[in-house]
Amino acid sequence: MLELRKDIFADERDDNLKEVGRPTQRQDMLGHVTGTSAYYDDHRFANLLHLKVLRSPHAHARIRSIDVEAAARAPGVKRIIRAADVPVNLNTLLSLIQFGKDDEPSLASDVVRYQGEPILAIVATSERAAREALALVRISYDPLPAVFDVEQALKPDAVSVNPAYPKNTFEYHGKYDHQKLRFGDVEAAFAQADMVLEDRYQMSPIEHAPTETNGSIAVPDTNGRFTVHTSTQALFFSLDTAAKINAMPSNQLHFIGGTVGGGFGGKVDTLTEPLAILAARLTGAPVRYRMSRHEEMQFGSPRGAERIYIKDGVMRDGRIIARKATAYFDSGAYTRLSSYAVVKCVAHIPGPYTIPNVHADVFCVFTNRTPATAMRGFGVTALDFALECQMDKDAVAIGMDPLEFRMLNAYRDGDMKAHRREAKNCALIECAQVAAEKANWPLREEFRRMSSRTARPGARAAPPQPVSPQSARAPQRISYERPAVSAPRPADTPAPPARTEPPAPPPGATHGARRFSSVFGTRRR
Amino acid sequence: MAKHRGRGVATINYPIGMNLGGDPSQALVHSNPTGKFTVSLSSIDLGQGMKSVTRQICAETLGVPVEDVYVDTADSDTGPHCMGSFASRGTHRVGNAVMVAAREARAVMMEAAAEELEVDPGDLETDGRGAIHVKGAPHRSISVRDVAIAAQFRQGKTISGRGIFLVPLSDVDPETGEMSPATCYAHACLIAEVEVDDETGDVTVLKMTSTYELGRAINPKLVEQQLVGGSWMGMSHALFETAEPYYPDTREGPRDFNEYLMPGPGDICPHDIVVLERPAPDGPFGAKGPGEMCANPVLPAIANAVFNAVGVRVNELPITPEKVLRALKARPASVGR
Repeated sequence: MLELRKDIFADERDDNLKEVGRPTQRQDMLGHVTGTSAYYDDHRFANLLHLKVLRSPHAHARIRSIDVEAAARAPGVKRIIRAADVPVNLNTLLSLIQFGKDDEPSLASDVVRYQGEPILAIVATSERAAREALALVRISYDPLPAVFDVEQALKPDAVSVNPAYPKNTFEYHGKYDHQKLRFGDVEAAFAQADMVLEDRYQMSPIEHAPTETNGSIAVPDTNGRFTVHTSTQALFFSLDTAAKINAMPSNQLHFIGGTVGGGFGGKVDTLTEPLAILAARLTGAPVRYRMSRHEEMQFGSPRGAERIYIKDGVMRDGRIIARKATAYFDSGAYTRLSSYAVVKCVAHIPGPYTIPNVHADVFCVFTNRTPATAMRGFGVTALDFALECQMDKDAVAIGMDPLEFRMLNAYRDGDMKAHRREAKNCALIECAQVAAEKANWPLREEFRRMSSRTARPGARAAPPQPVSPQSARAPQRISYERPAVSAPRPADTPAPPARTEPPAPPPGATHGARRFSSVFGTRRR
Repeated sequence: MAKHRGRGVATINYPIGMNLGGDPSQALVHSNPTGKFTVSLSSIDLGQGMKSVTRQICAETLGVPVEDVYVDTADSDTGPHCMGSFASRGTHRVGNAVMVAAREARAVMMEAAAEELEVDPGDLETDGRGAIHVKGAPHRSISVRDVAIAAQFRQGKTISGRGIFLVPLSDVDPETGEMSPATCYAHACLIAEVEVDDETGDVTVLKMTSTYELGRAINPKLVEQQLVGGSWMGMSHALFETAEPYYPDTREGPRDFNEYLMPGPGDICPHDIVVLERPAPDGPFGAKGPGEMCANPVLPAIANAVFNAVGVRVNELPITPEKVLRALKARPASVGR
């Protein structure tokens, strides 16, 4: 089933290893196959209490009043938790790395912004008692108009979803409603291209569908500490988030994770730990907050849907000379992690190809739906779908084999990428060659001989400037070690008058240690 | 009315670790008094096998058998900070941290062995089977167990090490998007073969053939597990899954696995995989990480294969029978095959 081709790139490896490279049986195999590996919910506690949240039936509404009198008297109810009980109710996940504004309440107080948003929590002696008490809570709402489409949400008259970002877009660098990518001059290249192809792609929102739903158990320990058994896939991320929301020193929390029953990105959001801990503090008893399958499917954050427009300028000889991408990430009502994925998406454009003119604008958009979050391939999966479908259309349009078309444009060692870093350690061409061989996909001789390690001939290695066969300069590879500003500022984006050109980074300084706050201009704490 | 076969391809790359860096992971390695090692991590093994990968990296670096290393994870009191198990960062980031910690522990172990053998530490090597001997003179040897006992009870040394790995956070230029997103990339090419029924709109995936370049397959069986599982997810994303079937309309969302469709055992197809290794200069033994990327090429490869089979493009996921039939209906007669 899996074949290792050690002959390729053998000269770059030391294969004289003893343990690395062996198919050693996993350390935890016995526990997994005998069903004895412990999940967070396998821990048993006497007097365990159960927490359930009341969720909004409306996508957008003002809460006029909340009446919990009957629920508080219901059998088994130990405590009702409201927004005012949460020490730091407003949070954003990436405040841990100073990125973005606190925009999401643990419990909504005045307005609900998506269907399923938690409004209050009931802690009771059984899940059933908690559920039955929830049914006794009386809330009256004034429904508000809602917006569900990312491009509708960007219109000037659109309903404002999230008061931290009233224009429905996350703010980048303290001034832009999107992240830009500018390399070369796409418009000039489109004018010179033999063909210009444009299309629209739509990703679907997707559920992580873990076997084990999100959940945690918070247990009061001696000396004021709390032990938290959790399904998180980022232990300190969740610990620090829970400490912030509970206004507790982080060393009062002891987080224990386990063999997580599927994460795929859906167990970073720390959906249950903060309230479980708060409930344990308020009641002095161990409290479990686990999401039901229905909650997990509809109110545990999904993979966000992305809408992506791609426009390519292609030459008949197979070269892509320009690529423009505009993408809208549907973040739902709050930021969570979508703001981060936008930048990752921009970094991934134009895919693993060397294209001399690239232009992208990517937006993180707020709508009245369940907040989206990370999922396997975050920021990239939908883009790869769009890019690779577009590659196929380009190839068909110019009458070229789709695999050879990709290989012709594939990035190679030394090429300049659109985010202005030199491509290194490339292997796309070799992957294509081996897959083609394995699948009996015919490749012409020149493609079977291609290598990621050798420069492409002639104008293929052109600098990031408008390129046509006529205007192509002498073969030139641009290394990051040379002066970094290698592309002229595109004509359609004049620099703001007050802004001075940032100094070129010093040679080799591909990574300068910075705080996210300095990167994105939105500082917290 | 007929079934049409087609095949489609996708080539992709994937960045390893959090975009822009700034995502540290730490590791502690120590020996017990009889020469068995524990790696202490707060990192979470989601089931993908990070415990095994870091265990093999630690054993290789220390020069001891893998059975003599145990990896303890997921405890905030005993494990030092880790950013989290996401962004394809486990093998690369945590693996590097473990390697740094294991090197420090190894240095102490070799010093302690040198003291016992009365030689220079530089003249010693590990045999990977639990012994340390003088280079070129295997008979002048001491077991790791005896070194640990001597270090603990006679020399007063702790055979332990600390490790951290951090790719410093990159700046992003607001105007151009200039940035350093990642230090290394994994690569893949995947070819999907499908059969499309033009009467029902059903798409059946018949076969996948793929090549992945992953820097170094620390454990080829775990790589296979990831790539097979990931291709299932890719197929599921391409043809089945959606939490909102009429997106952007929020109605009709599934509530359980009866309503949320995913491929079952009968939908799974054979998958031939080849793995290439072009070591990442900053990866542990060159390793990158196959975690997230292996779902990605499947979506477009299937979409392109559907086009190859019946000549229609479905640009909105998932590619349901309904969408295929509507596209076939809308197809101009001249494009038909």
